Amino acid sequence: MTDPTISSNGTAPPKMANSRGIFAGRQEPVPLIFEMSVPGRRAGSLPPSDVPAKPVDELLPEGERRRELNLPEVSELDVVRHFTRLSKRNYSVDSEFYPLGSCTMKYNPKLDENVAGLPGFRQLHPLQPEQTVQGALRVLYELERLLAEVTGLPGVSAQPVAGAHGELTGILMVRAAHIKQGRVRKKVLIPDSAHGTNPATAAMAGYDAVTVGHNRRTGELDFDDFKAKLDDECAAIMMTVPNTLGLFERQIVDICRLAHEVGCYVYCDGANLNAMVGQVRPGDFGVDLLHSNLHKTFAVPHGGGGPGGGAICVTAELEPFLPAPVIVRHADGTYGFDADRPDTIGRVHGFHGNFNAALRSYTYILSLGREGLYDVGANAVLNANYLMHRLKEAYQLYVDRTCMHEFVLDGRTLRDHGIRTLDVAKRLIDYGYHPPTIYFPLIAPEAIMIEPTETESRETLDAFADAMLAIAREAREEPERLHEAPHVTPIGRLDEVRAARQPDLRWRAGTQRKAAATPAEARHEAAVQGRV
Amino acid sequence: MNPTDCKYTKEHEWVRLEGDTAVVGITDYAQDQLGDVVFVELPEAGSTVKQHETFGVVESVKAASDLYAPVSGEVLEANGALQDSPELVNTEPYGGGWMLKVRPSDPSELDSLMDAAAYDEYLKTLQ
Repeated sequence: MTDPTISSNGTAPPKMANSRGIFAGRQEPVPLIFEMSVPGRRAGSLPPSDVPAKPVDELLPEGERRRELNLPEVSELDVVRHFTRLSKRNYSVDSEFYPLGSCTMKYNPKLDENVAGLPGFRQLHPLQPEQTVQGALRVLYELERLLAEVTGLPGVSAQPVAGAHGELTGILMVRAAHIKQGRVRKKVLIPDSAHGTNPATAAMAGYDAVTVGHNRRTGELDFDDFKAKLDDECAAIMMTVPNTLGLFERQIVDICRLAHEVGCYVYCDGANLNAMVGQVRPGDFGVDLLHSNLHKTFAVPHGGGGPGGGAICVTAELEPFLPAPVIVRHADGTYGFDADRPDTIGRVHGFHGNFNAALRSYTYILSLGREGLYDVGANAVLNANYLMHRLKEAYQLYVDRTCMHEFVLDGRTLRDHGIRTLDVAKRLIDYGYHPPTIYFPLIAPEAIMIEPTETESRETLDAFADAMLAIAREAREEPERLHEAPHVTPIGRLDEVRAARQPDLRWRAGTQRKAAATPAEARHEAAVQGRV
Repeated sequence: MNPTDCKYTKEHEWVRLEGDTAVVGITDYAQDQLGDVVFVELPEAGSTVKQHETFGVVESVKAASDLYAPVSGEVLEANGALQDSPELVNTEPYGGGWMLKVRPSDPSELDSLMDAAAYDEYLKTLQ
């Protein structure tokens, strides 16, 4: 094979901790299943019909019939191999390090998966009578009590199924509370470091989203700008704590106090709760509502788009507005639904949310206990700070301060060499890592946002830091290697501009590409070319 | 480096008076920060825009950002060329990449905006 394993300064790059070999040549592409089609090939055969066949023309009117479907014609083994091959290309936290800032790809202990798979839970039907699902109701009830304890906010509903869903639930409760008290409110204050879902939530609830700036030196809310914009037209301020720069908002107690003086609620976007779980309780510093992303902090799988959990936690004052029904424990020790809630904002999801997500979170919290949860927050912060210190010289920080669970590098330092953050991210793929979040938060130009999470070992963090440092060296000494990355993936650098302007999302018959049509051909070609 | 015949907003829009018409676009700094622009959404001729309020959206491979009007008035024309060639915003931010032509309802609003020298200074504070 060609040997780029020796970098230009003559030293071998660091030994990789993972198997997705750096510089092992480009992986062969997996053809589309359509390209494997052979006319007449079948994956199974049906027994002859024992009722007389009727012509399709009699069953379907003209105009509803298609003469050709262009489905791939493949054998069962073709299908199995195709999808197994694709599945092996998956990048997941179960196989590799996944330092995705803000989106938090934590490892979820298998115990929680096992409990979620217990037949007694798995075979429940959501329409069963209450008396036959007492165990499930108890899980939901107790999870809500545990979340109340963790957040310091006594009113909890596990009904919302995503972070943004929890936000909308919370801000609709804020609106209901203001209306109930006869207060007319028009605005929601949102820091410019917020997740984009915050202003979207405010707008969906009928409020104007008003942006509050951040302090360039501390990375926190611009307190003067906040004071200037806070008035009795504000329904709420939405604070992400720690914020999206991975920094704790040290003025949060004063922010809460000033907001409350004008009847403005403080909504805490709890997406980053994993940074402080078990350490501090947001309710104690004065926030009125918080949603927790169960799929970030509490062991629900995050990849693949769900199903997630966005439990909403609120003060006693706001508790009457929680989505109905709520789960209650009766005097005789049984559990049930209570829908007799005159001030409720109503139901926000069917069947009380994603029960399976709640079940995983319940298991996670109980198996770790108070001390274990404390260690989760502590190790998340320790790991992030360790990695930050190893990288801050080579990359520079957007704000140079002790971080919480994640930190933001300022990729602008490499621009003198014609290197942008995107080039660094693409090159990381060659080193066998899923790139971190880039270009977010928007306030940090050329942002590289790294979140190692609490479960990673020092060896893993060191191996990743070594790769990042090697890339910073390459950026200065041989920048073209970064411009052309990734070198190991089946397809190299994509034209993202063309992909956005002229998306081509559908395979059409007769557009077979020139590349090898079968995996065997692709491997043959690779071997002949000396790449493997 | 930024044209001296334009006025600038903190949100990185520029406005240039050409007779009775105000031409509006985004600055070179803004296009550089956004990266390759893939889509621009603009208001129709005849609608009105208000100073410091959003009038459209610019979308790049990195992010979608609101556009803020540097001046109030009636939209005379939106740059139709950006429909097929949004890259003009990157290549000619002060020329072919213009976005709106507006008839200002109060030209004195421009006095509250930064001139080129002040905008250059402002950009330095963002480093």
